[in-house]
Amino acid sequence: MTVKIEVKELTKVYPSRNGPVCALHDFSLRVEEGEFVCLVGPSGCGKSTLLRILGGLITPSSGRVELFPRDEKVPLQNIVFQEYAIFPWKTVLDNVAFGLEMRGVPKIERRETARDWIRKVGLAKFVDAYPHQLSGGMKQRVSIARAFANDPEILLMDEPLGALDAQTRVILQGELIRLWEVSRKTVVYITHSIEESLLLGDRIILMTAHPGTYKTEFSVPFERPRSFELTSAPEFARLSYAIWQELEVEVKRTMEKQL
Amino acid sequence: MKGYRLPMDSRTRDRFLSIGFPLALLMLWEMTVRLQWLDGRFFPAPTTVFVALWELTVKGELLGKFWLLPGLIAAGDLSGIRKVFMEGHVLVSLFRIFSGFFVGVVPGIILGVVMGMNRTIRVALDPVVSAVYVLPKIAILPLVMLIFGIGETSKVVIVAIASFFLVLINSMAGVRDIEPIFIEAGRNYGANHRQMFYHIIIPAALPIIFSGLRLSLGTSLIVIIAAEFVAANYGLGYLVWFSWQTLLTENMFAGLVVIMILGALFTSGLQALERRLMPWQREELPASAEGEAKGVRVINP
Repeated sequence: MTVKIEVKELTKVYPSRNGPVCALHDFSLRVEEGEFVCLVGPSGCGKSTLLRILGGLITPSSGRVELFPRDEKVPLQNIVFQEYAIFPWKTVLDNVAFGLEMRGVPKIERRETARDWIRKVGLAKFVDAYPHQLSGGMKQRVSIARAFANDPEILLMDEPLGALDAQTRVILQGELIRLWEVSRKTVVYITHSIEESLLLGDRIILMTAHPGTYKTEFSVPFERPRSFELTSAPEFARLSYAIWQELEVEVKRTMEKQL
Repeated sequence: MKGYRLPMDSRTRDRFLSIGFPLALLMLWEMTVRLQWLDGRFFPAPTTVFVALWELTVKGELLGKFWLLPGLIAAGDLSGIRKVFMEGHVLVSLFRIFSGFFVGVVPGIILGVVMGMNRTIRVALDPVVSAVYVLPKIAILPLVMLIFGIGETSKVVIVAIASFFLVLINSMAGVRDIEPIFIEAGRNYGANHRQMFYHIIIPAALPIIFSGLRLSLGTSLIVIIAAEFVAANYGLGYLVWFSWQTLLTENMFAGLVVIMILGALFTSGLQALERRLMPWQREELPASAEGEAKGVRVINP
């Protein structure tokens, strides 16, 4: 196994009106090639900050981040965003083809790739629709397809299913598992949901409450291919409870701070 | 698929009301004048106004002697063609509005977008822009005439100034209000500066830029009418003002009707342009599309 992502003693401090706020403190992480790592932690633990640093959108205050590219021809990383960050002014097709277009892939080729991914996420009938014509779940499918179509080595997912209702969420979790198990890309996946992290991930990193830092980690023993059926296994419930016991302390700490 | 829909009879009733009530008002007006309850010299009956409108048109006062155009074009008589356009009140006003509008709007959009994107330029220019923005533009007409003379230029310039600031403020707001997540998505997917501008900043700001265009076209109409009241020998403002001074009230009302028509045409024209340029802003599909897609599964990934 080769190391794909190396994060060392990462700290991010934001300036604010009430003095500097430390969002992320002394965080280290190593992700192997082809590994699906879930980051779980209470709200405001700096998960999104970490992901944005990995995605090159913000610079850390101190510490080191390294992503190791394998192939110079494909993009190194892409983010699937938390909110619906697909462009309302582009059709489903142009949204999914966006990354390819930015990279200068010729029109016919990028449209073909985009159509292929749109079909894979089950939106073939909506190729020419605009996002305002789609439901929340469909928009997020577009967002996922946009990332997969660009074919990056690393996928960074910032609670991609966080805003969906519980049932749509289960469906999309299933779709994500299947898409990922075919491609086996390196994934860093942020979520609030313990079940989701157990269902999707190879490894779960727990983070402490504000300021966010590494708390502990669990490796997920379940065989692949996985499906929602897994959630009925006794081992799933046992692990889920064990993780919650660790997480509960942090969540309560966050709540106390808010009071 | 079965949404609630007004029963047919109540929809026809709505249509009947929206056309019938204004018609009834016009008839009431007509009657009160005919019965001499209203003084026809001040409030000419709608039919009188209509006749005045017709006469102004056939005498070539509103649209110029446009029936001469084919002959003049055939003869290649440029100054004759120019003369036709210079003598119609509607054509003169339209020329002033649109040339001023374009002269103002193009740099307004450019500078507004630049100010929205560049903090340094924004901070430097904002106080000046805000100060001039709050000034009613018609107030600087004397100054503009002092600089550009009393001819056409000063009218075009005053319209240009009015549209410039409205569009600038809106374009700047449009760019600044862009959701940061769109910018982040653009950067994460490797958009360079030029791609960021064309694929994200412009389309994201376009709805608000357009509301600036709508506001400034409306304001252009106001400004040009006001300017023509005081400083013109042609144009709709002049027609209304001159008709009032000479107590040709039916011509005054005819002028008002034409101005109303222009206002309505501007609005619907811009709306049509908006629908063309921003197809993503059309109304939502019925909720059925949503339910249909929820069951969709991954097909052979």
